[in-house]
Amino acid sequence: MRIVVDGVAHELDVEPDMPLLWVLRDELDIKGVKYGCGIAQCGACTVVIGGEAVKSCQMPVGDVAGEVLTINGEGAGLSTLKAVQDAWIAQQVAQCGYCQSGQIMLAAAFLAETPDPTDDEIDEAMSANLCRCGTYPRIRAAVKAAAQTLREAGQ
Amino acid sequence: MSRVGKIARRTFLFGSLAVAGGVAFGVWRVKTPYANPLEDGLAEGAATFNPWVLVDAEKITLITPQADKGQGAAHVQAALIAEEMDLEFGQFEISFGQPDKAYWNRALAEEGAPFLASDESFMAESARGAVGGLVKLIGLQITGGSSTVPDGFDKLREAGAVARETLKAAAAQRAGVAVDRLRTEAGKVILPDGSALTYTELAAEAAGIAPVTDVTLRKPEAWRLLGKPMQRLDIVAKSTGRQVYGIDIELPGMVHAAVKVNPRQGGVLRAFDADAARQMRGVSDVFEITGGVAAIADNTWRAFQAIEAVECEWGPAPYPPEQSEHWARVAASFVDEQLDKVWRDEGDAGAAVAGDGAITAEYRAPYLAHAPLEPLNATVLVTDDKVEVWAGQQIPRQLQVIVAGITGHEAGQVVFHNQFMGGSFGHRLEFENIRQAVEIANGRRGTPVKLTYTREEDFAHDFCRPIAMARGRGVVRDGQVKAVDFSVAAPSVMASQMGRAGLPVAGPDSQIAAGAWNNAYGFEDFRMRAYRVPELAPVSSWRSVGASSGGFFFDCFLDELIHAAGADPMAERIRLMTHDPSRKVLEAVAEMSGWDGPLGDGRGRGVAFVESFGVPCAQVVEVRVVGGAIRIERVWVAADVGRLLDPVNFENLVQGGVIFGLSHAMNCEITYKDGMAEQSNFDGYEGMRIDQCPEIAVRALENGSKIRGIGEPPVPPAAPALANAIFAATGQRLREMPFSHFVDFA
Repeated sequence: MRIVVDGVAHELDVEPDMPLLWVLRDELDIKGVKYGCGIAQCGACTVVIGGEAVKSCQMPVGDVAGEVLTINGEGAGLSTLKAVQDAWIAQQVAQCGYCQSGQIMLAAAFLAETPDPTDDEIDEAMSANLCRCGTYPRIRAAVKAAAQTLREAGQ
Repeated sequence: MSRVGKIARRTFLFGSLAVAGGVAFGVWRVKTPYANPLEDGLAEGAATFNPWVLVDAEKITLITPQADKGQGAAHVQAALIAEEMDLEFGQFEISFGQPDKAYWNRALAEEGAPFLASDESFMAESARGAVGGLVKLIGLQITGGSSTVPDGFDKLREAGAVARETLKAAAAQRAGVAVDRLRTEAGKVILPDGSALTYTELAAEAAGIAPVTDVTLRKPEAWRLLGKPMQRLDIVAKSTGRQVYGIDIELPGMVHAAVKVNPRQGGVLRAFDADAARQMRGVSDVFEITGGVAAIADNTWRAFQAIEAVECEWGPAPYPPEQSEHWARVAASFVDEQLDKVWRDEGDAGAAVAGDGAITAEYRAPYLAHAPLEPLNATVLVTDDKVEVWAGQQIPRQLQVIVAGITGHEAGQVVFHNQFMGGSFGHRLEFENIRQAVEIANGRRGTPVKLTYTREEDFAHDFCRPIAMARGRGVVRDGQVKAVDFSVAAPSVMASQMGRAGLPVAGPDSQIAAGAWNNAYGFEDFRMRAYRVPELAPVSSWRSVGASSGGFFFDCFLDELIHAAGADPMAERIRLMTHDPSRKVLEAVAEMSGWDGPLGDGRGRGVAFVESFGVPCAQVVEVRVVGGAIRIERVWVAADVGRLLDPVNFENLVQGGVIFGLSHAMNCEITYKDGMAEQSNFDGYEGMRIDQCPEIAVRALENGSKIRGIGEPPVPPAAPALANAIFAATGQRLREMPFSHFVDFA
């Protein structure tokens, strides 16, 4: 089996029903992708495939079609990621930080599709993921700031 | 010496008389400083001036021994040292250090002393000092009780100042100039001619000098870092996927473990069938551990799959199997034999509320899971001469004792690598994951083992916030609240949790009625009784502990009385308040929210006030009824921490605390059925998502005389402010959490 992650191709010898999450974390040592619930409720495991935010804990690796982009990929293949990360840093969103990899990937995929979102659109998109520390006010602010940065840069 | 012996047996006295009696014997020991653990194995040319600062020719390391659960403890500890040491961010590394008595927590035990936090009388202050002495005597290093800032505020700044002055003395010796002609800036000592010596250049020289301990701390007006917005040291790593948590540990040759332990907590494993699991790919072993089964595999998922495939026959729970029986035990505990302590007894409340005109109500709060987003885990390597543990844990010296008790090593042979935590909310005060990982790794010495809990195991083996009930009787007259007789019944968190930790606690548990007894309200007649429910399911500290339920009970009952009196909820709370900083947080949220009576039009505002961990905190919640459902629109918060160290982190923690309080009040509970928790993942224990999150405006006040921590105090007022707002909007009084049993949330 072969998958491409953040621009790098990997040959794998794993069960096709192994969730992508565990292939990334344990087989490829990409640890920015987090395990939180295993049932696609929390979104700590969010990656981007084909422009879509995907909860990798419920994605069998055998079903992956397309390059997998992760938080550890330095923005290769995801033009919005750097601006989103910069906004997360400037707004100091993180408390424990454990959900933030997933939140950032979700926001990056969302802004690539929706460059000028309304507040309701931000809430609707970002409600896919859970934050136990309650950083939601800062997530909102960071998504808005990143959207503005990206629009000004003409993305 | 009998009392020393008693302490040595680790009986930790929280009760008032027991504590007061403990003062006299131990003064000399309490005043003796512990040795600096950094002196052990100190390299040639490296200097350490105290347990928090290490400088060598290459780098500066600051030890931040209080655990970081996401609350920013590592950053604030480093900032306190760096402020006085004249270091800039980026000029030093941080380390959690090794567990040591020198890192005993001075501030934690204050909440155990049975006085109002606002009571600064001689008796109250001396009792607090006595409890602190006991904590030092047993060298209790613990992160909890919102104590990191009050614990470190003086001692860490002193540590930085001692390092600075000693480095100046070294520079004076090298340059042959008087020390008073030197100054420090950005990691350097500046000589009179303007040239500079870096701290790292001076390390070897400083190592030969006795630390200069006669230092004066700078006035806050002179601070460069503290009190101003700072970028937390962990913020970049946490925004780029590079922060390493315990669950991310990788070691050469490491194997992955998963466990399934009797979900009837404390029950036994009677039999198991692992034939199918043993045949699965990558699975090297499946075997019995204490209370359950462990599987070893070559990655986490395969270990999860294997443990899922094991068939187990479990013994019964040591507590009632059905939730209704738990409630019945609580309800039956409002009797003299279960009285833990009368916390307030002013006037004659019993007589004042005896008549038919008294207003009565009963309140309930459910069991709650901590459910930090990083599931519990631990990585352990046992060899014959030491044990290494990688995990996030909040009582590290007790971890050493527990680990050594399993492997047969000495506690000093347990090396603990504390990790940044993906949340805790109290769960990482517990040791179950550590015990299990050590038990597994001890059976395969020389091989590192990483144990990761499935989310389901994390829920099944949480130690919950206890269920609790309250009963109130009150009298109103002439538009005012006159008399309150209030009782809270709950199992003791301190007895359950500290008992498991091997630190048994004597005396009354101040947390049973916390959030209710300690608010500085003055009524003409006031009684507050706490009843201890015999232990049911095992329980533990949950962010803000007793105040998380007691604050809801008492503030909502007070709101009922105020409405019955026909008074304004804000004005009457302010009138009743006897403590100036507490009154000011109420006045602040009144001003911030533009409080001006009922809103009407399907909208309602509720105010609540709860003091916890010495922090008075007031909140106003505004809700609107949308299509029959409650939408939480805005929250205004004011909290008094005495002195504000980091306005950005303060705002983030307060907003997060409000959301944490609202989340669980809205829709979270753990219920037991057939001895097992019915909720096993976030589909049944969701909390609030971003689309339900209100706007939250935050103000810090600095009127209190002591510096305080803000990790927990924003949680308790959120639930009562929400319930009071729902009453204002709908006329429906909510006396039981979670509120989703009674209303829908939009």
